[in-house]
Amino acid sequence: MNKAIWLGAVAALGMAAFPAQNQAMGAEIKIGFVTTLTGGGAVIGNDMRNAVELALEHINKKMGNLDVNVIYADDEVNPQKGKQATEKLVERDNVDIVAGYIWSNVLLASKDVVLDANKILISANAGPSDIAGKQCHKNFFNISWQNDQTPMALGELLNQKNVKSLYLIAPNYAAGQDMVAGVERTFKGKIVGKDMTAWPQQLDWSAELTKVKAANPDGVFTFYPGGAGPAFLTQYDQAGLTGKTPLYSVYTLDALSLPLLQKANNKGALGTFLTQMWAADMDNEPNKKFVADFKKKYGTYPSYYGAQSYDAIMMIKAAVEAVKGNLKDIDGMRKKMEAADFGSVRGPFKMGPNHFPIQNFYANEVVVDKDGTWMNANRQVVLKDHQDSYAKDCKM
Amino acid sequence: MSATITLARIVAALVLALCGVMPYLAPAVGEPFLIGLFARSMIWGIAALSLNLILGYGGMVSFGHAVYLGVASYTIGIFAFHGVTDAWIQWPVALGISAFVAFIFGAISLRTRGVYFIMITLALSQMFYYLARSAEMYGSDDGLTISRRSDLGISWLNLNNRVTLYYVIFVCLLLSLFILWRIVNSRFGMVIRGIKSNETRMEGIGIATYRYKLAAFVIAGTMCGLAGILEANFEKFVSPDTLNWPRSGEMIFMIVLGGMGSLFGPVIGAVVYWLLQDVLSDITEYWQIIFGPLLILIVLFARGGIVGVLNGKRRDA
Amino acid sequence: MNYALFAEQFLNGIQLGMVLFLLAAGLTLIFGIMDLVNLAHGSLYMLGAYYAATFTEMTGSFVLGLVIAVPVMILSGIVLEIVAIRTLYRRDHLDHVLATFGLILFFRELVRIFWGSAGRSIPLPDYLSGAVALPLGIDYPVYRLLIIVLGLAVALGLYLLVQRTRIGMLIRAGASNREMAGALGVNIPLLYTLIFGIGAGLAGFSGMIIAPLTAANIGMGDTVLIQALVVIVIGGIGSIRGAFVSSLLIGLIDTLGRSFLDDLMALFLPVNAAEAAGPALSSMLIYILMAAILFFRPQGLFPPKGAKA
Repeated sequence: MNKAIWLGAVAALGMAAFPAQNQAMGAEIKIGFVTTLTGGGAVIGNDMRNAVELALEHINKKMGNLDVNVIYADDEVNPQKGKQATEKLVERDNVDIVAGYIWSNVLLASKDVVLDANKILISANAGPSDIAGKQCHKNFFNISWQNDQTPMALGELLNQKNVKSLYLIAPNYAAGQDMVAGVERTFKGKIVGKDMTAWPQQLDWSAELTKVKAANPDGVFTFYPGGAGPAFLTQYDQAGLTGKTPLYSVYTLDALSLPLLQKANNKGALGTFLTQMWAADMDNEPNKKFVADFKKKYGTYPSYYGAQSYDAIMMIKAAVEAVKGNLKDIDGMRKKMEAADFGSVRGPFKMGPNHFPIQNFYANEVVVDKDGTWMNANRQVVLKDHQDSYAKDCKM
Repeated sequence: MSATITLARIVAALVLALCGVMPYLAPAVGEPFLIGLFARSMIWGIAALSLNLILGYGGMVSFGHAVYLGVASYTIGIFAFHGVTDAWIQWPVALGISAFVAFIFGAISLRTRGVYFIMITLALSQMFYYLARSAEMYGSDDGLTISRRSDLGISWLNLNNRVTLYYVIFVCLLLSLFILWRIVNSRFGMVIRGIKSNETRMEGIGIATYRYKLAAFVIAGTMCGLAGILEANFEKFVSPDTLNWPRSGEMIFMIVLGGMGSLFGPVIGAVVYWLLQDVLSDITEYWQIIFGPLLILIVLFARGGIVGVLNGKRRDA
Repeated sequence: MNYALFAEQFLNGIQLGMVLFLLAAGLTLIFGIMDLVNLAHGSLYMLGAYYAATFTEMTGSFVLGLVIAVPVMILSGIVLEIVAIRTLYRRDHLDHVLATFGLILFFRELVRIFWGSAGRSIPLPDYLSGAVALPLGIDYPVYRLLIIVLGLAVALGLYLLVQRTRIGMLIRAGASNREMAGALGVNIPLLYTLIFGIGAGLAGFSGMIIAPLTAANIGMGDTVLIQALVVIVIGGIGSIRGAFVSSLLIGLIDTLGRSFLDDLMALFLPVNAAEAAGPALSSMLIYILMAAILFFRPQGLFPPKGAKA
């Protein structure tokens, strides 16, 4: 390599950094969608992107008279990278609305970039307590749940199932601590053991499962999102706990992990209960269309991440149509979003004063569907029209 | 350091000039995003500069340098969390903590050599990473959102103004360059460089090399703490990822990319690194499959980094 | 103290130690003989897990899958050595660290392109998925017991290979004096390629046997790499014996820390504080141990003879 090549490379970099300005603007709405596209977390990001693509297909890539252009950005599961990706969307691509965000830490780091630019931000998954409470913002909407709600529903489910003694195993990071705290808040029985494991590096729970066996509780609560879930189930089974100690979980046995478990034929997952605000077999028109077409297009059930992302696009569409495509009318769009009447796949719900949903939480059971695929089947309502506990701290 | 004009120095001057005018240039060409990119490059540039003192000049391959940046960032974050935003309290304490951690880590790790040194610096920094992850009060792995930036108490130096903050970073970069230039060309700097080329001989002429190395280690850690202070103020949050080992790896890469043991190399490396990442990730979401081999190629075939190639000579290994 | 619980946790610790040993043995072999710092060792571990998943799927049997995956893994190691690693031998450690860091990024995306990002789980045959009754009333998972046995078998095999065979003799000769061995007609480049292949095979094998427990996933190599590095540094870089001892040490400390540390700390701390500090301390435990050992013995517990200062 010589000087000329280096100089050339530097020049090329310079030119790439100052790309020619975009083509003439048609009448379009640009939506930035931040999710995880690289590394292990990409399995979630792909599901979200698939759901967004399906939503675009369903609406013919039109919102009112505007063409829809979704720009995906990768957060690499890293707050700094996520913030940078958000800046790029806002400052370079000049998007009108930003949505997505799987991880609370990425959302917390990135939100001000969008909100300071006076744009609407929609979280399709992350729901940290700060944003539900003190740091709430008129232009921020959450279309999923506040982190505490699902485990609170689970604690309530345990009471209903008459579980008297419980062992908790969860990863030792913010979401894991939130999940455990949520269950502890509503569960009325006795907690006989609690292990917070190193995350994400610990994928072998031999020590903890041995302790569970020794404690012999009525039930075990766990939370291991992503690839760790199937691993936990496998080891739970091998330790001889399946059928002996019922397992309860949140965000662990979803449409992303169940195919893995089914492939490994780990029957320990079947018949276990979890809580969620949505299930693939919920009986309403938007959901039937969403799930059927998703399965047709991608061959698997959508996950709740996908369902929430689909809802995010539909909510944006309703808002854009309400202001007749005048994207400058942020107040008008916000008003429509607050009404939350876009036809969610979870059925009707209300948008709370802090812009987090007030919605039902259900018990779901892991079952085999009529085609032999493992999935979450909707059972009873556990918490009805539930509002998160931080809304009272929100002063908009 | 002679005052001859070399190609490398022209490029270094151009990069610095570009940093200097970016808040006005970027909006003019319709790319305001570049302001943030250059601000980050400069912060990382300061961190890489500090690492270059011990790595490039001193030959100590510290693989945990991100920890000094991280503890300073956390200090700012924790102060802000408890409502203390006065920079005249925050900043000296943050620098002091970085220096203290560097002193302890240096005292332990400098007893070892070679690959043991690489590993122990790595292990020590990982300890802080796990500590930060499990600090429930300060957000665990979610990190801390910093609601208010440091308050310098001077009306025309309000860090909430984006351009002001940018130029504070720029001035800190220039200051760091100046300090490093003075150090490297002092007697102390000569000793550090002498230790790199032949430690036994330096001991032979009666120099307590351990003390010199430790002093360099503390200086580097403190300067890296400055980068941490700036990063906390720029990003308005701090998370355990700040301390994790891939960040230390990235810092080393910036130095090698720019040119080890050259004054401006790390700054050029940092700017090019950020631009490269930006461009590659626009091309494909699988950008790391290009980035990884590129890293290997640079290590194998461009050992003097950009500065070395511009000067037409290879890194003095 | 409940002795059965303690005994079972002890077994868990040994099992973890065995997995670490398989990984660390290759790493320390490569470092000790070729003086090469290979951060991509964790990527080979990951690759092994994915190979096992694929071949198990193709053959329908985990055992058969392993039989195919191990030689393929060794072959992959040999190819990697010839294509990328070979040029690094004459470089310094910094270059090793950077170039193999580049390999980590490369392999991570390569796996994602070929296998997707969802991870792959491996079903175990029925006779391996249950638990077996041991003395003291312990029901221990059969598969974990198998890992312990396999680990010990490989340790013994390695010992015999190095001490009793011609290749082993060459390995020892090459390690103590490269130039001399070369002058005596030993084909050093071939020997290195072979050793790297064996090291890759060991790393891959540890990934393969852990995969039925944890599933093959993309991040799996990154965290275990750091643990393996800690192991070989504590053991003394280049020493297989040291790697064996320190693997067991780390495995036991890590497992017993996770099992009993929070109870132990609750004795002299309020429960809430112990609950918070326990997990934090147990994840830092091995690093504290490493720092302490290196402080007193800067070359690890078993520095190999003739090791460079």
